[in-house]
Amino acid sequence: MNYHWNWQIFFEPNPTGSGTYLDMLLSGLALTIKTALMAWIIALVFGSLIGVLRTLPSKAAGWIGFAYVEFFRNMPLLVQLFLWFFVLPELLPRAAGLWLKQLPNAPFWTASIGVGLFMSARVAVQLAAGIASLPRGQKQAATALGLTTAQTYRYVLLPMAYRIILPPLTSEFLNTVKNTAVAITIGLIELTGQARAMQEFSFQVFEAFTAATIMYLLINFVVVTGMRLLERKVAIPGYIAGK
Amino acid sequence: MIELRHVDKWYGPTFQALKDCTTSVAKGEVVVVCGPSGSGKSTLIKCVNALEPIQGGEIILDGIKVNDPKTDLPKLRARVGMVFQHFELFPHLRIIDNLCLAQEKVLGRKHDEALAKAVKLLDRVGLREQAKKYPAELSGGQQQRVAIARALAMDPVAMLFDEPTSALDPEMISEVLDVMVNLARDGMTMMVVTHEMGFASKVAHRVIFMDQGEIVEDALKADFFGKPRSDRAQKFLSKILQH
Repeated sequence: MNYHWNWQIFFEPNPTGSGTYLDMLLSGLALTIKTALMAWIIALVFGSLIGVLRTLPSKAAGWIGFAYVEFFRNMPLLVQLFLWFFVLPELLPRAAGLWLKQLPNAPFWTASIGVGLFMSARVAVQLAAGIASLPRGQKQAATALGLTTAQTYRYVLLPMAYRIILPPLTSEFLNTVKNTAVAITIGLIELTGQARAMQEFSFQVFEAFTAATIMYLLINFVVVTGMRLLERKVAIPGYIAGK
Repeated sequence: MIELRHVDKWYGPTFQALKDCTTSVAKGEVVVVCGPSGSGKSTLIKCVNALEPIQGGEIILDGIKVNDPKTDLPKLRARVGMVFQHFELFPHLRIIDNLCLAQEKVLGRKHDEALAKAVKLLDRVGLREQAKKYPAELSGGQQQRVAIARALAMDPVAMLFDEPTSALDPEMISEVLDVMVNLARDGMTMMVVTHEMGFASKVAHRVIFMDQGEIVEDALKADFFGKPRSDRAQKFLSKILQH
């Protein structure tokens, strides 16, 4: 292979005038982190709501939860992003569609919401499983003490359910970070996008993607470490899943 | 205090768990409910505070109709203590917080007031030193005593016990029964599902014998142990008393 390695490339100025190639990648990294965090917050909020709905005795609530989860987890993420970005504005009334298309940062918001909702279906399933794994008597005991359903979830069921699903939630957080790369298809110049831009400007494809790979690994190392610390912090003394 | 009139309860369309059950528990009375497993005794006691809905008849608790859609169930349940077979302490809360949660969230007591009450009751069940521990750090007998204290913290007008000693090792049964005997002697209204005939003969006023969802015998203690009228009760007693 006749490839000219050049690890100095990162410190050479990039043609867009925004500094070095490394600066380019770092700005992509920042955008990846921003998008991932926003998406994760959306995934947690919606996933929690739907997860709770799926465990309520009400048939209507169960049906809504079921429909939501099956809608968001059974379509490829790529298709979902295209739907939100290209199709939704055309389906809306003209004025609303136009407003949506002209939003500043549209790729960022679409990616955050798109990835967030996609991941929320997975969070919902896990939270529902976590709640279902608690002894039935827990809910009965809380109810017998006079707590309302909302209080029972808030003070008794959810604190335990979240603890139980922390390990799989870590995986979902990691997936959220990685899934933001799909947003390159709707024009979000995040880490993968910047690596590709660097490759096109400099032809140093291996260096660009090596650096991007290392940066993804670093983000996820931070996520894994953070989640571990959290697990340890909320562990319950004497409990099986505890210290 | 507790009145059940012609209570019918179905699980699904085919299985009738309670058939035309009628009985009552007067203020200050201790009633023991016994019978073979699957006879509906746990179901019966769970209907009293509407943990299980009933399909026919009516239940009146301290003058309030339990199976009336207009009844504020959380408020009503807060006035009846319930103790479960598997304790059902909330594992993520310290013992003291297990006792404070419902006092504060349901009764609206100030934290200091709830705390004082909790400490007093832990003292009463002999577990004051365990206040800062988590449930999983206590033995089964200790957990059940905490569960009794948690129910008492709500100042209940009556207490329901659903096989409170069935999940305990033999050497821990007596420490729980001691607490219950003292409670009975203090004049608490109690409905107790149990196989502990020693407890029944010591403090019960009446004994109810159930079989296949029916109240087969509802007799004063002396009559029940002296000369049970039904064959089924005689057989049951001969089986559990022969050892």
